[in-house]
Amino acid sequence: MTTSIYIPEMARLVDVEPVTETEKLFTIELPDGRSLGHAPGQFVMLSVLGVGEAPISITSSPSRSNGSFQLCVRRVGDVTNALHAMQPGDQVGIRGPFGNGFPMDKMRGRDILFAPGGLGLAPLRSLIGQVLDERDSFERVIILYGAKRPGELLFRDELEGWVTQDDVECHFTVDCDAEQWDGDQGMTCNEGVITTLFPLITVDPRNTIAVTCGPPIMYRFVLMELLDKGIPDTQIYLSLERRMKCGVGKCGHCQINNLYCCQDGPVFSYAQIKGVEEAL
Amino acid sequence: MDLMIVDKEAMRALVSALMADYRVVGPQAKGPQFAFGPIADPGELRLDYNTTILPPKKVLQPPQERLATFVRGGEPHVDPVIEAGPTVLFGIHTCDLHAIRLLDKVFSEEYPDAHYLERRRQTVIVSLECLEPCDEYSFCKSMGTLSADEGYDLHLTDLGSTYAVTVATEAGKQLLSRYGTAREAADADARRLDEVLSVKEPKFTYRLDFDAAELPAMLGAAYDHPLWDELGERCLACGSCTNVCPTCYCFNVFDEVNMALTEGERLRRWDSCQLDEFASVAGGENFREARSGRQRHRFMRKGKYIYEKFGELGCVGCGRCVRTCVASISIVDGFNAIHETAVGGNGQ
Repeated sequence: MTTSIYIPEMARLVDVEPVTETEKLFTIELPDGRSLGHAPGQFVMLSVLGVGEAPISITSSPSRSNGSFQLCVRRVGDVTNALHAMQPGDQVGIRGPFGNGFPMDKMRGRDILFAPGGLGLAPLRSLIGQVLDERDSFERVIILYGAKRPGELLFRDELEGWVTQDDVECHFTVDCDAEQWDGDQGMTCNEGVITTLFPLITVDPRNTIAVTCGPPIMYRFVLMELLDKGIPDTQIYLSLERRMKCGVGKCGHCQINNLYCCQDGPVFSYAQIKGVEEAL
Repeated sequence: MDLMIVDKEAMRALVSALMADYRVVGPQAKGPQFAFGPIADPGELRLDYNTTILPPKKVLQPPQERLATFVRGGEPHVDPVIEAGPTVLFGIHTCDLHAIRLLDKVFSEEYPDAHYLERRRQTVIVSLECLEPCDEYSFCKSMGTLSADEGYDLHLTDLGSTYAVTVATEAGKQLLSRYGTAREAADADARRLDEVLSVKEPKFTYRLDFDAAELPAMLGAAYDHPLWDELGERCLACGSCTNVCPTCYCFNVFDEVNMALTEGERLRRWDSCQLDEFASVAGGENFREARSGRQRHRFMRKGKYIYEKFGELGCVGCGRCVRTCVASISIVDGFNAIHETAVGGNGQ
């Protein structure tokens, strides 16, 4: 039988947990306990048979795979709505992992500044987990995370865990309704957009790698803050979202000018895309 | 490469013989135009055609095909489907031949596409030299596709009462010896072929005002050219230009299920970067929302992006997109307009 790059492998949902009102965390096992073998920042093509296929970034870090991987998915389109209706034991189709992932070799030995917005924490969590599991390989770890409302902050338990870690600097913000924040253990939440967190930190720009992901409207403002801090464009990484129908550079949907988000990305340095007008 | 001679009557017999073992796809009349289709009778084959509505890519990358079948219930599973069978693509012009050479690269490099490649493996290509320009829309001479010295198994040139047949591959040789009656070309035949080719060349005109090799660099400097807004105003976003393009290969993938919702098919269908939803995501963002940006993307792919990725220009000068556009958008006129302002801007 000829093998086709478009044929998904069936994989089992072993756990489904609500994260917010619109996001769920799906833990998935491939047959025979095989590892997905992904790198932080990569994505899979996820199929719900009969509904379709969509690209979803992997939210679990390779260091915490335990024979399974996780996807944090917002209920927003046909495939993701169908996925949200599924239960542990149900099967989904998986192709991948695809894409380049984050440049781990360039990151080791550096200060890492994470600046995700909203659902943008989902792809960055694969990297945050990896960095924390190799904590000695990195210098400072700073996480600035913002969402629209307290209820939209992802992974509340993990945010609280990061706050209690002495070797992680965290600042959180919500655009509004900060008074509804019920964090404890010393957690505080700022009110305002994510850019309001940047004055709270000082960085050594030469030694800092910044990583951001969020809604399209967020990027320009975050980039301004990062550049204002003197971080070179070669040390700022973004994970971009696009429509994809193949994941392997053929279907054309994810093209960003001459770049293919599925193959050249989804992780790009700002230096790489600052002359690429369709990028943001 | 061997040069053989086949009488025209013998060519009809060759086609007839091929039909027993192959699906023979060639140009046929379709109303006042021509279209590639399966030949049921050698008399249907119109080797005197000028151009076809759709390019022969539809044989190698069908407008819609099954990629897989699946079962949803019980133990769900997906089984690949490769839709391919022995095919002779008969009588394609050299512009389309160059386009297939590009598609071969697209579908074989990096992640090989088994669906395309299996169809391609089972397809024998018999191409045909154009001796007259098809109409005022084509610009093959400017794109360097007026002839071809590779990409075919057999290549025909009409010499009047006979065809000169250039045998390029073992598959072509086998096809000719097994199904046809041919003789080796004599010196006089070779001279006649040279004569026909030299008479042909001046009949075709250059329609680009500059060397096509300048396209990638020229377009690289034209990202903010006013032409894009002008085209965006006129474009109806119908997608005809990409449908008829021999090098456009973008596709959509979707599922269809039976009424019982127990099983279904995963299908692949031609898609178009000119359509509104092509670059939109479920969250609502459309990353190429304006028609001006979509036309720019098409021009950039044809003259720059595809060249940068595959080392070949994405336009073969067949003229189909110009011929089919209800808004009279012409890629040749567009390229020339950009070139004119670029030259003017440099004060030359």
